[in-house]
Amino acid sequence: MSAVGEPLLRVEDLRVEFPSEDGIVHAVDGITYQVFPGKTLGIVGESGSGKTVSSLTTLGLTRRQGAKVSGRILFEGRDLVTLPEDQLRSIRGNDIAMIFQDPLSSLHPLYKVGKQLVEAVLAHKDVSKAAARERAVELLGLVGIPDPARRVDQFPHEFSGGMRQRVMIAMALANDPKLLIADEPTTALDVTVQAQILALMERLQRELNMAIVIITHDLGVVAEMADDIAVMYAGRIVETASARQVFAAPEHPYTWGLLKSIPRLDGSRDEDLVPIPGTPPSLIRPPSGCHFHPRCPYSQPDHARIDPLLEPVAGEPDHHVACLLSSEDRRRLWAELQRGLKPDEALAAAGLPEAPA
Amino acid sequence: MSEAGTPEAPSGLAGSTPQETGAGDGALVKVRDLVKHFPITRGIIFQRKVGAVRAVDGVSFEIKRGETLGLVGETGCGKSTTARLVTRLLDATSGLVSFDGQDITRVKGGRLKAVRREMQMVFQDPYSSLNPRKTIGSIIAEPFAIHGLLPDKGERKREVQRLMEIVGLNPEHYNRYPHEFSGGQRQRIGVARALALKPKLLVADEPVSALDVSIQAQVLNLLRDLQRQFGLTVVFIAHDLSVVRHMCDRVAVMYLGKVVEIGGGDELYGFPRHPYTGALLAAVPVADPTRHGEKRRVLGGDVPSPANPPSGCRFHTRCPKAQDICATQEPVLEDKGSGTQAACHFPLTREELADMGVKTRA
Repeated sequence: MSAVGEPLLRVEDLRVEFPSEDGIVHAVDGITYQVFPGKTLGIVGESGSGKTVSSLTTLGLTRRQGAKVSGRILFEGRDLVTLPEDQLRSIRGNDIAMIFQDPLSSLHPLYKVGKQLVEAVLAHKDVSKAAARERAVELLGLVGIPDPARRVDQFPHEFSGGMRQRVMIAMALANDPKLLIADEPTTALDVTVQAQILALMERLQRELNMAIVIITHDLGVVAEMADDIAVMYAGRIVETASARQVFAAPEHPYTWGLLKSIPRLDGSRDEDLVPIPGTPPSLIRPPSGCHFHPRCPYSQPDHARIDPLLEPVAGEPDHHVACLLSSEDRRRLWAELQRGLKPDEALAAAGLPEAPA
Repeated sequence: MSEAGTPEAPSGLAGSTPQETGAGDGALVKVRDLVKHFPITRGIIFQRKVGAVRAVDGVSFEIKRGETLGLVGETGCGKSTTARLVTRLLDATSGLVSFDGQDITRVKGGRLKAVRREMQMVFQDPYSSLNPRKTIGSIIAEPFAIHGLLPDKGERKREVQRLMEIVGLNPEHYNRYPHEFSGGQRQRIGVARALALKPKLLVADEPVSALDVSIQAQVLNLLRDLQRQFGLTVVFIAHDLSVVRHMCDRVAVMYLGKVVEIGGGDELYGFPRHPYTGALLAAVPVADPTRHGEKRRVLGGDVPSPANPPSGCRFHTRCPKAQDICATQEPVLEDKGSGTQAACHFPLTREELADMGVKTRA
């Protein structure tokens, strides 16, 4: 990753497990990443890949659910995993803020928007109610809500979806956070509103020098927003690099699958999409060896035994991948895929033995 | 809905008889000036009508046999309502829907049931559109039960299992319940159920919006294969413009209950003329970080209320090209000389599209 100075947030070998009736759910299974001030990290993956749980854990929000957390989450030198609840509370919503996917269910329907914003301010700042209210109006203006002095006295139902997400962002910004975690911030929104929200987040990041972690399954959104990308699969990071590298020279077969399964606006209509076969694995009994091997079109017999490590890609120190294929094979395969070959054809063209059924 | 008081009698379709509209021009569905207003009422016992949400407000289009028509637009633009009017899940306030040469706007009872056999829907949410207490075998067999087909149990089971195979489900899972399946598999169940009666028209309302990207591609490929295999006519509703581009032969862009632009997929995406279509395309995030930081023009504001739509061109309040005439005179949907029909007084030029960051094609 593009290292500039000290990381603001450094997650080291984070593991989160939940007990369940059927066994232990390994929601996050040893992930490491860092976020730098003023930069954006995009975490990409399917539902159940652990991307949301890892972020909730950063804020200590999985503690009450009986999660077993190990590893370290270093934020400005403090380990958030072991930090006592009261100290964590002074960081949450203050230095680290979060916005969620569904803006309607994240706002209280019976309180005026202004009151909810005032609450966010007063939770961390010792100011008068009047000053907090002034700040609420200022925040609504900052996120581009017209006529904020009037809007502050309205209820959430009087706001459209995009406006509500702006209110959520305003609330997150209430105390000038250093880190903003945005969990699928635009998934419930229309494209035009999505573009507004993304532009807003970029502008605020520039103005406030915030670090952003954006969690999404939309590769278009990460391409637009992120400086660095971490691709998660079954609770692990399988590839991490700069956004440019991930899109120009992806190394992991799962990343290839994601890139090839989205229709493109400028693509040919005659080309079939190449879906990733199968379904995401169980996190209670994850597959042996490489977690992706049952769905990987290129897996070899020993991939069901050996667990790959996230290792640097040859010649690209900031690019890491957890894949058992040799880097020459991977480059050949990706080149064939780029020529429009299907996975099985690429496998044959690259001269690799066929994957066992 | 009573026959009396409807502004247009069925024979109002340019004097054509049902037989004529059916065979000749290859259109399976014809929609003329379709309107659906939902009343807004006040009061509890005596409900006074105080206004109307103009969900669909004068929409006309045709769908040819074997064609996939995409409906796109923001939330609340009327695309789902239009689909529900076509399938007669809602009754139109006025206007006309003809299906397979027959006016179905007001058909009732047995005739309606017969028409519904020919048109089936796949819904957005594969979790709530399947009854959790029924096995998927009986879910897929439900259409046969409703229409009294295949009374022989063995025969019915064989047909259901054949359908399961077609959509890529394991026929041995006949006796399982919906909760045992993933989202993508459930959507396949929904597709199998929709195909059971060999419909002529399939309406897919946001069929992949609730699915993960990798699974989304599986379902999209399935729908495309089935469409080719059975020559289905499909109405495909989605808010994802890339998905619509991939799936559809023709695309209609809707805004506040109106079609603002309609045309072939290549033409509409290659050279959109309506500023709203341009704005939608400009807003799609591009999976290409080398274009990161390119200034894109973001459409400001929100969709106005459909209960009180703007005068003239409904888009004029948000349109960067709007002039005085746009607020007073409603533009008609007409050919703009580049392959699409657009309802706009000042259609976009290639230079303007380039400024918006939208690539055009000759």
